[in-house]
Amino acid sequence: MDHEAPVLVLLGASHHTAPLAVREKLAFDATRTANLAARLRTTPGVREFALLNTCNRVELYGVATGAASIEAVRRTLCEVTGCAPADLDGVIVQRENHDAIGHLFDVASGLDSQIVGEVEILGQVKQAYDHALAQKWTGPVLNRVFQKTFQAAKHIRTHTAIGAGQISIATVAVDLAGKIFGELDPVKILVVGAGEIGLKTAQAFHSRGAKSITVASRTLAKAEDIAMAAGGWAASMAELPEVLAASDVVASSTSSPHTVITREITALAMKRRAGRPLFLIDLALPRDIEPDCATVPNVYLYNLDDLAQIAESNLAQRQAEVAKCRAILAERTAQLWPQVAHSLGTGGPIKAHE
Amino acid sequence: MLASAPPGGQPHGMDVVLTDRSIIWLGALFYLAGFIVGCLRLPRRQQPAGGRTMLVILLAFGLSSQTAGLYLRGMATGGCPLGNQFEIIQFVAWSAMVLYFIVGPAFRVSLLGLFTSGYAASLATISLLIPQWDAVRNARIFPNAWIEFHAALAVFSYGVFGLLALTSVMHLLQNWALKQKRLDGLFWFLPSLVQLNQINYRMLLAGVGLLSISLCIGAAWWVRDTGSVHWPKMLVTLAVWFVFSAALFLRWRGKLFGTRLSWTCVVLFMLAMMSLGPVTANPSKHPATLNHTR
Repeated sequence: MDHEAPVLVLLGASHHTAPLAVREKLAFDATRTANLAARLRTTPGVREFALLNTCNRVELYGVATGAASIEAVRRTLCEVTGCAPADLDGVIVQRENHDAIGHLFDVASGLDSQIVGEVEILGQVKQAYDHALAQKWTGPVLNRVFQKTFQAAKHIRTHTAIGAGQISIATVAVDLAGKIFGELDPVKILVVGAGEIGLKTAQAFHSRGAKSITVASRTLAKAEDIAMAAGGWAASMAELPEVLAASDVVASSTSSPHTVITREITALAMKRRAGRPLFLIDLALPRDIEPDCATVPNVYLYNLDDLAQIAESNLAQRQAEVAKCRAILAERTAQLWPQVAHSLGTGGPIKAHE
Repeated sequence: MLASAPPGGQPHGMDVVLTDRSIIWLGALFYLAGFIVGCLRLPRRQQPAGGRTMLVILLAFGLSSQTAGLYLRGMATGGCPLGNQFEIIQFVAWSAMVLYFIVGPAFRVSLLGLFTSGYAASLATISLLIPQWDAVRNARIFPNAWIEFHAALAVFSYGVFGLLALTSVMHLLQNWALKQKRLDGLFWFLPSLVQLNQINYRMLLAGVGLLSISLCIGAAWWVRDTGSVHWPKMLVTLAVWFVFSAALFLRWRGKLFGTRLSWTCVVLFMLAMMSLGPVTANPSKHPATLNHTR
């Protein structure tokens, strides 16, 4: 590689190369970012740059001329983060030109994420680019590369199943509720017990539109605290049969050694529901809900294992799509690279017709 | 050249190149193609861009062809083409497809197009493959336009019940998938249980409503000439109306819902379809007799 020519370069670390402790050291806050930017602006040979900083990766994309300037950027990264260069051997990955574009495409499309196909990363890449653009850190090369990255990521999301199916317990439960009730706005949620996972599940339902949340716990005061946090109502365990009949989704996560919801009270509740289905989610160990409840017509019971199995199956489905996504992205990278190479050579903007 | 084939399906003369039956065949093939296209996209959870559009286009072509074929048949016979079992089955399939295009956009039920295409393709193809169903045709079966309207409306209500049976099957499949925790392939795309419950209720209401109007029109003419209707035919028709009405009443009262309602609707539709055989066997001594099931 001729390092005297301008190069599109990526220097960064991610969960693939750096354990959590190292990633913590490398993380950038606003002060660090400003410090890095100030130093890079005065580094000879550095034309453009943008910093992507998430909990799983710190990546610096830039256009630099010559090996010396790239080495200077690497040194700056170490100095700003307070890491010794030797500590980052094998942690900081360097990619250039075509490979750097391909990597950014992979990252923005969620292929390089810890949870394959996650959608949040695209927003984080957009945020990183918007910030760099606003600060005038980017130029014609990075502007073009990032714009094309967003298009590629959107294409991947629309034309493949990389984002299909939920892969966390709470969101799988929300998806299942959608299969039963359709719209979740009018769905009434009952959280039994003060377990964290139950509360998280309730919050997942709330974020998807469910407005009515009731928390039932052995200690009413505790139920009231959690209900307040979740924006719902509190009930005592004595009221459970009544509340059960009025609820559509029940997420139970008590620490009780015995079952809390029996087939008998479920069957009684169903008699008062006029045919409306009931979705029971047992998130407790030992289980809170009698397995026989599933034999009651219109009752759908899922426990932790069931939800985990669906999440794993969804994840496997996503991973099966990775090869297809990579092929699409490789094609797009190959299309973009000649344009970027031309711009790197001339230093001018990339023309639309190119 | 377009022409109507005589019952039995063989066109007259060498110059006939496109008969009503061949156009109806074309419609059935379009429905079949739509069903295959719909099935092919099932293994993928992400719906490929344009996949649904392709299905709708194929079904639209199928419906147009079937309509054209039935229109030619109607023009040739001088009335609504409900003169034999072939025509009635075709009309039932046509009604279901028309309903799909009417209610599909309103209900926005995923997979309804796939199910309707499979259903219409099956009915249309089976009726085309059994020549005996189209061998003989009752001529001049409608003494006036009201009786013709009565018959068309009654058969159209069978189309509604057919679509109701389809959404009921979808409900049963979704219930099974959720109970068995099988949410891959076909089951991934099925609509929610609550949505299917609501649709079933509305379809049942619509079907019973249409059949009731049809029977009222028929009754208004029947009282003028009580001998004009074959009694077994009338009893079967009334029985069909009664059982669907009973199902609707129980649903309204909250006594019949969920999977029980779905099973009921599927079974009742199958019985209704089976009743078409004896009902269309119109005794020759009443050539102009009104057939209530039509």
